Amino acid sequence: MIAVLALAGLSLVLGALLGFAAIRFRVESNPVADKIDQILPQTQCGQCGFAGCRPYAEAIAVDEADINRCPPGGAAGVAALAELLGREAKPLDPENGTERPPSYAVIDEPACIGCTKCIQACPVDAIVGAAKQVHTVLVDECTGCDLCRPPCPVDCIDLVPIAVTVQTWKWPRPEPAWAPLERSA
Amino acid sequence: MKRRLWKFPGGIRLPGFKAMSLSLPLAHAELPPRLVLPLRQHIGAPAEPVVEVGQTVRKGELIAQAREYISAPVHASSSGRVVGIGDYAVPHPSGLTAPCIEIETDGEDRWTDGADTARDPDALSVDELRSRIRAAGIVGLGGAVFPSAVKLTPVPERPIDTLVLNGVECEPYITCDDVLMRTRAADVVRGARVLQRLVGAGRCVVGIEANKPEAAAALRQAVTDAKSDAVEVAVVPTVFPAGGEKQLIRVVTGREVPRHGLPAQVGVVCLNVATAVAVLDAVVHNRPLIERIVTVTGPGVRCPRNLIAPIGTPVAALIAQAGGYAVETPRLIMGGPMMGIELAGDGLPVTKASNCVLVEAAPVQAPRPALPCIRCGSCAAACPVRLLPQQLYWYAQSAQFDKAQDYAVFDCIECGCCAHVCPSNIPLVSYFRFAKTELAAAERDRHKAERSRQRHEERQQRLEREQAARAQRRKRPARTAAPAGES
Repeated sequence: MIAVLALAGLSLVLGALLGFAAIRFRVESNPVADKIDQILPQTQCGQCGFAGCRPYAEAIAVDEADINRCPPGGAAGVAALAELLGREAKPLDPENGTERPPSYAVIDEPACIGCTKCIQACPVDAIVGAAKQVHTVLVDECTGCDLCRPPCPVDCIDLVPIAVTVQTWKWPRPEPAWAPLERSA
Repeated sequence: MKRRLWKFPGGIRLPGFKAMSLSLPLAHAELPPRLVLPLRQHIGAPAEPVVEVGQTVRKGELIAQAREYISAPVHASSSGRVVGIGDYAVPHPSGLTAPCIEIETDGEDRWTDGADTARDPDALSVDELRSRIRAAGIVGLGGAVFPSAVKLTPVPERPIDTLVLNGVECEPYITCDDVLMRTRAADVVRGARVLQRLVGAGRCVVGIEANKPEAAAALRQAVTDAKSDAVEVAVVPTVFPAGGEKQLIRVVTGREVPRHGLPAQVGVVCLNVATAVAVLDAVVHNRPLIERIVTVTGPGVRCPRNLIAPIGTPVAALIAQAGGYAVETPRLIMGGPMMGIELAGDGLPVTKASNCVLVEAAPVQAPRPALPCIRCGSCAAACPVRLLPQQLYWYAQSAQFDKAQDYAVFDCIECGCCAHVCPSNIPLVSYFRFAKTELAAAERDRHKAERSRQRHEERQQRLEREQAARAQRRKRPARTAAPAGES
């Protein structure tokens, strides 16, 4: 009898403690979604079907979206997500688009009529300008999401691949040291 | 008195091949018809052009200025006319182009006004000295090309007690510093005194490799002549890479520069002997850095020699003055055989970093193919930074770059000792460079993603605020209208 009471009392006290801790130290956002968001390229292009990288990350975290819907992240991004979530990597879903080299938007300034439609579309505020003034793209801030192109009424925006410079050039992988011997049987 | 020397771990002994470029005396290179001056010949931000196409410039005139703190200006190496500002091929392993200024020389080599006004460096204040060094565009001439004015601005919390001048020149074939120390020993000592004053170092040690007895003797004589007991000459053993900054500091002072740290943390500033002379020219004669000694050598050139070349001179012009090619299919390396970069063509310009143009015969047969790593550990024994090259190789070739970073791939100085001793002939340094640039690119991407995330979140918040404000505006007229209707 004493044993039962003691255990019941203990579970009550510990339960209360756990309940208090759950409220007091509540984590606001989903930590898995945070980690997924860290991997996503933050292009904010919406090609995944969500309104930006964060909503997509949250959808993956609750298993409502697959991990192969981010073309800017590419195969490497899918592999990183697969590694994080302990799943199999898979090819990109062609419905969401194909992998492209990193690009940035360029406005053909003489053709720009200053309608501000691209400014409203830009998810990272990388286009500056005002009504009836020429707009221009802040190249360093542009994510190459391609959201500014469709709204442009005079079709004066182009996506240009980011050129490799001496500073951003990468050494190629050396030729593989050796290949295992191919044996017929 | 024999001074005490210390040792650094690893290192290898290499044949010198130094005598071949020392038989002919040092001479001025002929002025080429065109000079191409890259805007970024240093570590840091590129210089920005201050001239226009068509403008005439005089020798020593500023043509591109440094706007950032870590940057260096560029000056016209001769008089003439600016004929182009744009992208030109530069000596870089990528073979890519970079922004440059092209000058068509007029052959008169006329100095700009204000040059060559001799000043006594002792009469100038430390700040004046520094601003002259900065304005002269002086960068480390040993190859790292770090802006010298930055290095020579010590911070009070890290007092400097020793200035180390690097005259080691440990790579085979190269003799430009050797020749400089032989011909301008007195100026090296005078430059050392100026540098000592700038950093507040009580003593100065000039490190010279044991295979350069003439240079050491010339410097000892210069020290005696200058009656200066603050400058010492230290003859260090011929072990590659004794000329690495951290390695030399270890050898002559016994102090170890911490990883990711600077020599200033152990009370040392280290500069190349050629930088010391360039500093002297800048503060005494107000002469910017517009020329440097280049060793043109190797089995592929007829008369190997050292030439004082204006910055921007095409490599081909120097090879022509060294007797031309001696082989049918030459292979060009800028720098030494261990750490130099292969050049795609001989039209590339000499920059502030170019200490040597090595001409070799292209290999007749394909190089011995790389074999599997047998984990012999020779590379670890040869590594002067105490890394584990075989482990780094494993992670780099399997693209596990974060592991490579854990094994300190960024501490690799790319000296090439590991690849040189590897019995399986694995291009280890190429793998480490590959891993380093992949890691750096990933870091850039992360940084950019972080910025984009922030900007996107801020935009979302702004849109919400605006929407809330609109909703308020819509509500308010309704509320104010209602009481008006009642009254």
